Amino acid sequence: MSVDKTIFRGRKQPQTFDFFSGETKPQHWESAEEIDRYVPTHCCYCGVQCGMYLKVAGGKVVGVEPREDFPLNHGMLCPKGATAYQTVNHPDRLLHPLMRRGGKESKLERADWDEVLNVIVERFQAIQAEHGKDAVAVYSGSSLTNEKCYLAGKFARVALGTKNVDYNGRLCMSSATGANERSLGLDRAANPISDMLHADCIFVIGANVGECFPIVTSYLWQARDRGCKLIVADPRQTAIARTADIFLPLRPGTDSALLNGMLHVIVKEGLIDEQFIAERTVGWEAVRDLVEEYPPERVAKVCGLRPETIIEAARLYGRANAALIYTARGLEHQSKGVDNGVCCANLALATGNFGRPGAGYGTLTGQGNGQGGREVGQKASQLPGCRSIEDPEDRAYVASVWGIDEADLPHSGLPATLMIPAMLKGEIRACFMFCSNPMVSLPDQHTVERALRGLDLFVVTDFFLSETAELADIVLPGTVWAEDEGTTTSLEGRVIKYNKAVDPPGEARTDWQILCEIARRLGKGDYFNFSSPREIFDELRACTKGAHSDYWGITYEKIEAQNGVFWPCPTEDHPGTPRLYEKRFGFPDGKARFHPIVYIPPAEVPDDDYPLVLTTGRVVYHYLSGNQTRRVPFLREQAPIPWVEMHPQTAAKLGISEGDWVEVTTRRGTMTVPALLVSSIRPDTIFIPYHYGHNEAANILTNPVLEPMNKIPEYKVCAAAAKKVAGPPEWAREIGIDALHQAAARRRELPIANAKAKPEVR
Amino acid sequence: MKQIFLDPSRCIGCRSCVAACRECDTHKGESMIYIDFIERENTVATSPTLCMHCEDPLAPCAQVCPAQAILVSADGIVHQADESRCIGCQNCVFACPFGVPKFDVRGNYMRKCNMCYDRTSQGKGPMCATVCPTQAIFYGTYEEFIAAGRAKQGAKPVNQFYFGAQPVQTRNYVVLTEEDEALDLMALAQEATKGYLIDLPAASAGDNAAPWVEADDAGIPVRAAPPQPWAPRQPEPMPRVPGKPEPAPTH
Repeated sequence: MSVDKTIFRGRKQPQTFDFFSGETKPQHWESAEEIDRYVPTHCCYCGVQCGMYLKVAGGKVVGVEPREDFPLNHGMLCPKGATAYQTVNHPDRLLHPLMRRGGKESKLERADWDEVLNVIVERFQAIQAEHGKDAVAVYSGSSLTNEKCYLAGKFARVALGTKNVDYNGRLCMSSATGANERSLGLDRAANPISDMLHADCIFVIGANVGECFPIVTSYLWQARDRGCKLIVADPRQTAIARTADIFLPLRPGTDSALLNGMLHVIVKEGLIDEQFIAERTVGWEAVRDLVEEYPPERVAKVCGLRPETIIEAARLYGRANAALIYTARGLEHQSKGVDNGVCCANLALATGNFGRPGAGYGTLTGQGNGQGGREVGQKASQLPGCRSIEDPEDRAYVASVWGIDEADLPHSGLPATLMIPAMLKGEIRACFMFCSNPMVSLPDQHTVERALRGLDLFVVTDFFLSETAELADIVLPGTVWAEDEGTTTSLEGRVIKYNKAVDPPGEARTDWQILCEIARRLGKGDYFNFSSPREIFDELRACTKGAHSDYWGITYEKIEAQNGVFWPCPTEDHPGTPRLYEKRFGFPDGKARFHPIVYIPPAEVPDDDYPLVLTTGRVVYHYLSGNQTRRVPFLREQAPIPWVEMHPQTAAKLGISEGDWVEVTTRRGTMTVPALLVSSIRPDTIFIPYHYGHNEAANILTNPVLEPMNKIPEYKVCAAAAKKVAGPPEWAREIGIDALHQAAARRRELPIANAKAKPEVR
Repeated sequence: MKQIFLDPSRCIGCRSCVAACRECDTHKGESMIYIDFIERENTVATSPTLCMHCEDPLAPCAQVCPAQAILVSADGIVHQADESRCIGCQNCVFACPFGVPKFDVRGNYMRKCNMCYDRTSQGKGPMCATVCPTQAIFYGTYEEFIAAGRAKQGAKPVNQFYFGAQPVQTRNYVVLTEEDEALDLMALAQEATKGYLIDLPAASAGDNAAPWVEADDAGIPVRAAPPQPWAPRQPEPMPRVPGKPEPAPTH
């Protein structure tokens, strides 16, 4: 070495949550970190639950290392996963309880745990004494471990005695739940993701796999290497649609018409599996007669497609030996989401595509524990193990495990989306919320804000001050996933385990500790005598014994030994069930059900005032309400503000050019965002990502019309108008023009600066 | 010898590689891989760019370095400039056929991909290829690439490039089609800049799209939606609280 290098290394980076905030770059970096431990765990974000190692040094999480031994992702991570560890030491973390001491108008001030817990208990008891037990609601989430989700349901029903407990999965996959329960009898994707490698045809409808479940894309590509055909239906050309064998750019909200039309073709061409239908299903005749009335020529007119492509897609799907259907929020976030899912199941059942490798239908669950969260009894109408709260046997069994009198167990309560109208009517007067950010995630944001501000007592647990926590009377500091252990259930139905890497910072406590402590102060401590997640899991296992989603045979040791266990797993020597329906479906007679589905148009269709269709969705850099990912500098840098995607033809009619600020209006509200002109979207449709809060929330615009069975809102279709406005809205004025230009230089595909890069002609 | 195979047809533009590159110990905090959207107005196609580690001619960046700051190790990895030698002349930046080295003005040194030398020299894969969710960036030997079934369906890895009459052979491969023997980048560049938006392929996203009509007009059975519990709000919006979000409390 010519020169002693150490003289060049004067500026050592301090150990921070991120290396630079996008403004300043380090001049040199050489890592001198010495890692104490590599903690095997999983990503905290979407339902894929990729394995990863967290690097721990000096009692802090300092980095991530790909975990190549986990069989689903083999080390692969998306940008959210690669940066997830940066939320652990984030400076925005809440470190102690906060409370408004002088009423709603006062500021959130630091308080101590004893004080806030006493206030919560006193006020809850007073409200319940005055307005009845059900006046206090528990609103939980699905990005929690199974243990916490389970405890949320038990806490509401046993400690508070309220029937009103529900969770944010209501906004996420409740349509898929409805479809699975109506058609197949078990609420789980039928296949492990690895089954994609055995499929001859994969039909992805309403799922932006590339951006929402990036790791699953690798399975799609591997399947295609083996000759599998890919059909994608989506109003936008997504990353997987770009090279798909058939891309169906359907009009938003017409999925059930398309699926009926495809089944019509399959029946006409004799591609149904008559033996399978006769032996393993009931109700085929009604469906066959109904789809007779959905010929592809007419369906194509409704879906905004060419009829030949529908026929071609139906043939490709129908002729495959083994075919998979995957759906996600695009198809489920509709006022007929359950219908759409049932249509998919009809298609798969009619062609005999169940119970074999590479044959099935499944939903790609969006939330980290979206699968487990919807099984363990935090839903309004459900007890642990997908048991029904109205079924006398299930009630008696769970009451016996909990050691309570069955008569004291409340009946079914309000789903999350109906809590908002109930709050406005004064039926719900206090709310205990954790792991949720409805001020981004619920539709019709103005109404949601009015409802939450009107509560007598609003308690929010979170580890960052979310848009919702800003409205709370009391904010409790929670923990991130790396600070506790517990199980989650991935989108395959694989129960996996988070391991604890570090202790919580400051006075932060885990959700289960908070719930147990409040229960103790409510005088119900005997039912919440837990000292670790393992004890909670053991009780959860007992509750699910013999139920649909049977966790009885799953233990922490088995999860570790097998890299996860697929439920149902009825005994301790049972290996788990990766593929469902090999012998029988989930109904008592073992047969699947066909349901004829008549097409229901979207609740709002475009008219003269609102001539466009607005659809919302995710971007790869953000997770759900963005409360975590918008605080990670790398992710924030990539997608700092929302935008509206619009076809150049539509933009030309409206006089809008790239980067212009566009006011998008619906019957619910207005927001102003910059325009991104792309041909990858239908000309009659515009798209806004929903991850942002305050005046940047796309859900200001969306339609709160609910699916009748499972009450999921219609996020994906509403009528909208767009017009060009002169300048940026108030919230964007603080963003310096230099910063916008820098951002545009970094990411040319975003319209964040009103300047289009022009290529130079040589 | 393990090398990287870049397959832009698989890339979904998620920038996982960019995020993970920053986690590598040899250049923590800086990313040395680039994802570009190609014709975003027409398509969502994206492409990764990283150092190809030229084999023949061997590392043009290192050959033009007057200070011999760029080391080519015996295993063929072209390293980033040794900052104790780098004189900041930027010759390497201009010499690279692929435009990979970036000059850090404030740091006064060149940075580029070194194949995560701390990891690859110990038998682990580089960060970008390990995390790539679609395996558009594949790390392994040529034989492993073929064995993984990646050269089926008309794909072929190519490591021969032409810049005019100048051939360049690289350690890393790009995945092209069966017909391709080499990639003539200069010809592509000339074609692309002959005139903007001339000869570009049209957007394919709308190929199967058509105008639509109401279900009644199309003649398929329709059911009315049931009545709604959450009545859509009346037109007058409740004013949102103006101003900034409440600042996070100080600890």
